[in-house]
Amino acid sequence: MANVIRTESLGIMNQSIAGQDRAPLDALLLYAFTGLAALGAIFATAFSDDRLFRFHGYLLIGAFVLAFGVLTVALNSGRLRSSESHYSDGVIRAGVIATMFWAVVGLLVGVVIAAQLTWPNLLYFPEHGWLNFGRLRPLHTSGVIFAFGGNALIATSFYVVQRTSKARLAGGAWPWFVFWGYQLFIVLAATGYLAGITQSREYAEPEWYVDLWLTVVWVAYLLVFLGTLWKRKEPHIYVANWFYLAFIVTVALLHVINNLAMPVGALHHRSYSLFAGVQDALTQWWYGHNAVGFFLTAGFLGMMYYFVPKRAERPVYSYRLSIVHFWSLIFIYIWAGPHHLHYTALPQWAQTLGMTFSIMLWMPSWGGMINGLMTLSGAWDKLRTDPVIRMMVVAIAFYGMSTFEGPLMSIRAVNSLSHYTDWTIGHVHSGALGWVGFISFGAMYCMVPWLWKKDSLYSNKLVEWHFWIATTGILLYICAMWVSGIMEGLMWREYTSQGFLANAFVETVAAKHVENIIRTVGGLMYLSGALIMSYNLWRTIRLPSPASQTAVTAPALIPAE
Amino acid sequence: MSALTYETVARFAQQGGTLYFAAIFAAGVVYALWPRNSETFRRAAHLPLEKDEDNNVQA
Amino acid sequence: MKSVWNKHGVLERRSILLTVAILLVVSVGGLVEIAPLFYLESTIEKVEGVRPYTPLELAGRDIYIREGCYTCHSQMIRPLRDEVERYGHYSLAAESMYDHPFQWGSKRTGPDLARVGGKYSDAWHSDHLIDPRSVVPESVMPPYAFLAKKELEQKDVEAKLAAMTKVGVPYTQGMIDAAQADLRTQADPFASSRDFRGRYGEAVLQRDFDGDPARLTEMDALIAYLQMLGTLVDFSTYEAEENLR
Repeated sequence: MANVIRTESLGIMNQSIAGQDRAPLDALLLYAFTGLAALGAIFATAFSDDRLFRFHGYLLIGAFVLAFGVLTVALNSGRLRSSESHYSDGVIRAGVIATMFWAVVGLLVGVVIAAQLTWPNLLYFPEHGWLNFGRLRPLHTSGVIFAFGGNALIATSFYVVQRTSKARLAGGAWPWFVFWGYQLFIVLAATGYLAGITQSREYAEPEWYVDLWLTVVWVAYLLVFLGTLWKRKEPHIYVANWFYLAFIVTVALLHVINNLAMPVGALHHRSYSLFAGVQDALTQWWYGHNAVGFFLTAGFLGMMYYFVPKRAERPVYSYRLSIVHFWSLIFIYIWAGPHHLHYTALPQWAQTLGMTFSIMLWMPSWGGMINGLMTLSGAWDKLRTDPVIRMMVVAIAFYGMSTFEGPLMSIRAVNSLSHYTDWTIGHVHSGALGWVGFISFGAMYCMVPWLWKKDSLYSNKLVEWHFWIATTGILLYICAMWVSGIMEGLMWREYTSQGFLANAFVETVAAKHVENIIRTVGGLMYLSGALIMSYNLWRTIRLPSPASQTAVTAPALIPAE
Repeated sequence: MSALTYETVARFAQQGGTLYFAAIFAAGVVYALWPRNSETFRRAAHLPLEKDEDNNVQA
Repeated sequence: MKSVWNKHGVLERRSILLTVAILLVVSVGGLVEIAPLFYLESTIEKVEGVRPYTPLELAGRDIYIREGCYTCHSQMIRPLRDEVERYGHYSLAAESMYDHPFQWGSKRTGPDLARVGGKYSDAWHSDHLIDPRSVVPESVMPPYAFLAKKELEQKDVEAKLAAMTKVGVPYTQGMIDAAQADLRTQADPFASSRDFRGRYGEAVLQRDFDGDPARLTEMDALIAYLQMLGTLVDFSTYEAEENLR
């Protein structure tokens, strides 16, 4: 694997040194890489006697052979030559489509599993284990976090780093490798969950070989991003790129350490974690919490720091605050993991440290929220006229709310009630649906007219519909989870006057039925919003382009009436 | 190596961590507030506002 | 000044500096919090009774992981009055010392399973797994009827034990060599158990777990795992003072 990584880094470095008018070396290296990978996949599949490993082997063979074929045609047609005078936007357009596709898939699976908990008699199939909650739940979480969120981050980071650096993406054809390599990772992870291939580490379920593949893709991503920064024509690195860079670098670190494992065999799908028990738990929640901090927060803050000022046509409220925000956020976040392990066998000082830093985290989080919101000062009327700005502002408000709720829940006394309950689920969804979802949707609504050279979106009215349906859905969802979470937490610890436990566990399950229905409806509404958005974006892409390209300077910035 | 018990490691980690945190935070604030940086930051803050939605890399 | 800014070297150095600074800042928290744990006595100290999983239990545990049971069931009893009364003695660090990976979980859509072993009969587990609502009408658990029909995959059990030894679980070579035999012995009440018990202790359960003596199914393995959960430490003789959490 080390060889593979080395080949890639060489590819990107050579590319930036080599002249642009000669044969595209980056594409040739990519061609050789996919060819070798296809061969490797064929041999691995042929020699494995593990049914599940072979299943993924066939997928890999298909993917690499297809990529090899496409590259053969593309190289011969000379399409892989790139010109430094244009931004590379094709890969971002692909990223936007992938983002919306996976958003719909991930949300749909979420609605299905919410319905399974509500109507278990209707939606479980005794002979089809792969449709059970336990296998679909990782599909939902990974689908939303990594497939939807990850694609949104990769696409927007490619957009932002090019514009703020005034340079084309580095690496020639390699950004496409990052894009397709990441889709392959998602497909391997998703099919793996359904087939029962999992490490059982929450938000890091894919098995060892999928982890290795993601590492390769991620290193390529880091090098493309850094390579573009190296070509920049601006002396200063815009702060959004700091957040993106912290997201890429830290996720790499977390991913590698949390997934250290011993495979059962070189051609066997199963592996066993290097750590055990307490050490394993803390490593996993150090990862898990920082997946929230660096994947779901830092990366999307990068999005906020570019798209909110851009759309509002105002510089960020305080650039200095954004720098303090950056350093304090990334420093404090990394400590907060132990709050997931209150009252467990983890030593108390580590729990206390995790709690302290979680409460401190409130400050940089709200600093960032204020910085984002106040960017609109003097332009608050845009909230009324531009539903896209409104969506992003509500995203920032949800960011503020869930970063207030998080520290609250990390207090040991509160956590003793909230832990293991639906309250946590509600908290996660106010962050995921409200913050991550809405800021990404806002960025997509901004980028699509720019990328496809349209004057504006197909319909602002549909954005309004999306906004109100989705916001109502979020509120239904999180209110239902607050009620059911606090209720079940209280029921678990309720005593009768004789001093016995008042409720059997199953009574607390039965008590949540109505909340489960409301949650399902809320999720369905959020999914409907995403479908409306997909339709709107598709119609925008299909709009006739303006006759004169030169007239297109900043069409989408003018709020359409 | 006998000094490396759990207690010593934990204490060193806690105290060193506090100092390290204070130093990092101070460095971040100083960088952000350093007067000479203010012009850079002002220019940087306007970077997203440039009209660069089209496909041409600006000079 | 301007010409210096435009030099590539400066630009590259700045972004690398930023990358290195990010790494320095984010690694310290992990080092401070995680590293000391590897020196912690109570997390690496052995408590009387804790042993590695038998091959059948390990296979059952792999099924537990495969089916995503951890998404709804925790295995970590907190030292709170209601939890201890509902589930039993709070969980000790040592009880999960051979858990690669840990199964503490984070959500109780269903009850905690850290001490479910011995609470219900094998037949109850089998009925419950095949159709949860036949025994618990309000349950929202998925059915696992297919487990009772699926033969347990046996061929890679030695490789699994061997991989476990590489991450520090003290399986002996004898245990690895006898893994397949032990797997079948544990689910067969009529098989000679002397060697098997010699390897894993007298208290180990040996019976036909799924009620189908003709076959060794995934149901056998999963129930064998569930029935040993939390039963290894004898809390009538355990002294808490010596094992600080």
